[in-house]
Parts: sequence; C-alpha cells; structure tokens
Amino acid sequence: MLRDITLGQYYPADSLLHKLDPRVKLFGTMIYIISLFLFDNLWGILWITLSLVAVIRMSKVPFSFMIRGLRSIVILLLVAGVFNLFLTPGEKLASFWILTITKEGVKNATLMTIRMVYLIIGTSIMTLTTTPNQLTDGLEKSLHGLTKLNVPVHEIAMMMSIALRFIPILIEETDKIMKAQMARGADFESGNIFQKAKNMVPLLVPLFVSAFRRAYDLAQAMEARCYHGGEGRTKMKPLQYVSRDRNAYLLILAFFVIVIVLKVVF
Amino acid sequence: MSFIEAKNLVHEYFRRDEDDNVVDVLTAVDNVDLHVEAGQFISILGHNGSGKSTLAKHLNVLLTPSSGSLFIDGKDASDEKNTLKIRQNAGMVFQNPDNQIIASVVEEDVAFGPENIGVPTDEIWERVEKSLKAVGMWDYREHSPNKLSGGQKQRVAIAGVMAMEPKCIVLDEPTAMLDPDGRKEVLDAVHELNKKKGVTIILITHYMEEVVGSDYVFVMDKGSVVMQGTPREIFSDVETLKAHRLDVPQITELAYELKKSGVDLPDGILTRQELLEALRYLDEN
Repeated sequence: MLRDITLGQYYPADSLLHKLDPRVKLFGTMIYIISLFLFDNLWGILWITLSLVAVIRMSKVPFSFMIRGLRSIVILLLVAGVFNLFLTPGEKLASFWILTITKEGVKNATLMTIRMVYLIIGTSIMTLTTTPNQLTDGLEKSLHGLTKLNVPVHEIAMMMSIALRFIPILIEETDKIMKAQMARGADFESGNIFQKAKNMVPLLVPLFVSAFRRAYDLAQAMEARCYHGGEGRTKMKPLQYVSRDRNAYLLILAFFVIVIVLKVVF
Repeated sequence: MSFIEAKNLVHEYFRRDEDDNVVDVLTAVDNVDLHVEAGQFISILGHNGSGKSTLAKHLNVLLTPSSGSLFIDGKDASDEKNTLKIRQNAGMVFQNPDNQIIASVVEEDVAFGPENIGVPTDEIWERVEKSLKAVGMWDYREHSPNKLSGGQKQRVAIAGVMAMEPKCIVLDEPTAMLDPDGRKEVLDAVHELNKKKGVTIILITHYMEEVVGSDYVFVMDKGSVVMQGTPREIFSDVETLKAHRLDVPQITELAYELKKSGVDLPDGILTRQELLEALRYLDEN
C-alpha cells in the first residue's frame, strides 16, 4: 500500500523540453512566475495563454497530467475566488443580503484564479519533464554563486539526491516494521484519525533507529570511496549548454520582453 | 616491501562516561601482524566479534591504529596526508548492499568514486563501462538500484570500487546478507577480478566454504590472529578450528569424521572432487 507513493512526477517522453538543460527550465519557470504576477490586462492573458499552450504542446506530456496538480488546490481556489469576489471595495455591480459584488471584485477574482491555475500548470510542466536528479543538479549549478556566502550548496544538493534514493528504501522498511507489528497484534487500521496517528508512534521509533544506522553506514561507504565534499569533484554527466539551450534562453527573454511591453502599452 | 604490512597493530575502543572519563577499554584488534603480497587472494576468517571487521576498516583508513604500524602500498596509514591516496588504492565493499549505493541510477553510482577523485568526464565513462562489464552488470547500467537483487547490488558496489582502479579490494562480509545464488554470483565476480585483473583481494567472512579458493587464510579470534596458512593447512587442523568456534566446510568435516572412524584419508580435503579421488585411490589399493 505504501509502495504506491511515487515521488516527483517525472513523465518520460522524448521531447525538446525533456532534453533542455534543467538550468534553462528553472530560469524559464522563474520568468514565467514573475510574468504571471505582472500582467493585468486581457492582452497579457492572451499572450501568456498562447505561450503556455505552445509549451504544453512541445512537452508531449498529456494535458491530464498537468491538471492533476490542480485537484489539490480546488478548495484554496474557491476560497480565494470567493473572498476576492465579495470583499473587494469598488463600483457596485450587484448585491444581496450582506454580500456585494463589485466590478473590481470580478476582475480580481478572475485574475487570481487564472494566476493560480497557470502557476500550477506551469510548474508541473517543469517537474513533469525533469527528473529529480536533473533538478538537483540544475539547482546546484545555478546556485553555485551562493557558496561564496557560505551556503553549503553542494552539500544540500547531495543530501537531496541521497534522500531521493532512500525514500523507497525507507518506505519498504516502514512496510516491514508495520507487518512485523501487525503480526504481534498492533492495529493501524481502526479508530479515528487521532487514534491512527497515535498508533503510528511505535512505528516511528524503530524507523528512526534504522534510518540513523543506515546514515552511518552510508557515510562510511561514501568516505571509503574518497568522498571529501564538493572540492575537486568532477562529474560523470556535467551540465553543458548546447545551442538549443541558448535559443531557449533567447525565447524566454523575448517572451518576457513582450509581457513587459504589453503591460506598459495597454 | 609487501602491499600490506601491519606490525603489532592494536585498536582499542573506549567507552566513556558523561565526563569523558574512560570507563572501559575494549581491545578489538590485539597485536596483529599482517603481511599481504600484491595480487594475492587473502581471506580473514572469524566469528562475530573476533575483530575482523575492525581490522578491515584499518585497511581503508576508516579507523587508525591505536598503536603499532600499518603500511599500505608503502604509505603510512597513521599519516592523515595519505588517507585519500590509500582509500583510492584499497577500496572497500561493505556488508549491506543497500547502505553503500549512493546514486539512484546504477551507472551514476559506479561513477561516484571516480567523481570524488577528480577523474575527467570522458575517462569516467570509460571506467564505468569497464567496471560494470567486469562484474557482468553492464546491461543494468540505467536501472534503479532498488530494483536489483542483493547479489546484483553487491556486484554494483564492487564495480563502484573497481572504477577507482584500486590495487586492492577489501570485502567486509559481502555475502552475509545474500541468498546462496547471490553469494555465488559475488564470489565468482571477486575471483575473476583477482585472476584477470590481478587485483589483491582481502575477503572477510565467516563462511568456511568461501575461504577454500583463496591463497592464504588468517583466522582471528578475540582480536588476535590465531591461525594462518593455506586453506589446506588451516582445514587440516579441525580441532583447533573448533576450539575457536569455527566450523570446517562440510566435505572437510565428512573426511575428518571418516578418518576418525578409521578410513585412511589424507588431511585437509577441501572439495568434493578431492574426497572422491581419495576414496577411489583407497578402493584401488
């Protein structure tokens, strides 16, 4: 049951987006998010929608995968939409009981909803086309400058990738401990949510102990293979820009310039 | 000078109370002399708590001697400057296959060692290919280690060490958590590395059967080396082995029992083939 959890949501396909350097995708996502909060008119929406549709088509990932992420925020969307709709002061459109709908309210609610939906779709395109490892690599390389500020960038990236490797192992272990305790009469299924959570406590202790033991073993194995931090380390698969990455950067910049132009002109 | 040279090697574990006062000293390795030539296949035998794993960790400088001297490939293990160089020359494979695989793709894990010692990218790819082929795991290079069997994982771990091109590999009970098939897989791979690539092998184990194919055997008990010799010499002395709470391989045991009950057999029979021949010889005369 626990093994069904998949981490990350990489969708393997052979598309241009999949082949792009993760740094380009991170940069693009950042520009896209900024653009989402810049636009405030119809032309802006149109331009961003157009670009989004083009990118979705390019990614070769089924659209249903992208809107999957939306399900979890439906309630948030509704709440934000309703609050914006009723609580924005301005020119009155309609009112009943104590609720008033204003012109500005309608505009805000629409913009807000579109922004959030686009935000989720846009970022899922990135996680759907990039493996967690590529993402870690991309982050490590992009944030390398922070090393000068004493941020342990390499170490954080290394921890992230090790965590990714150990999640399935720890899940399997949890499964094993659960079965061993169930065989001796432990009950994980009945009761309300608080009782269930309480029943999980005896599961956590052995899991923690074993996780620490694994961490110790792993640290030793890493040291035995000459690991001594990021200094002087080479890469088997170094990130290297090719011409398509440069073109992608130019396209992203062009996209951003148009967003700004649309905002200034209209 | 030989490849590994240990003289009067001692390692003590200290147990301290809250004020950092030593309350207990456990001598895990006690005055061990070890002498290994390059290219040999060495086994170190001992039951749990005999100090064999502690000794193994010295060979990779995960631990340093409390006293005595240890030279590996001519380099002093007590000198911190030599640590990385020694680790590169004497790789180590551990017991639990899950806890020594670092990356989530087989080929990237094998590349971890060479990456650490700063091998250029092109050469990393060459080394990964060579070492994965050497242990017969090349077809699995793009798999996730989580989907491999225990024996396969352990072979990947060996490939990971091989990719650093060490002169020697120390295997600390590499088969303890494997099923018989996996055990055979791993041992075959190790023997092949020893024969074809001339890598010095130090196999730490408590399975008697695994010792049979080695050049020289050290038997440890309570931190000291209590017996040493060729497998045949070791297994000829069934009584002493039993005194150190170790068993002999089944065939040797059978021959020993037969001999005790009056069959005229030579000492130290190691394989089924040898026993058969000895019996046939008796039959003919």
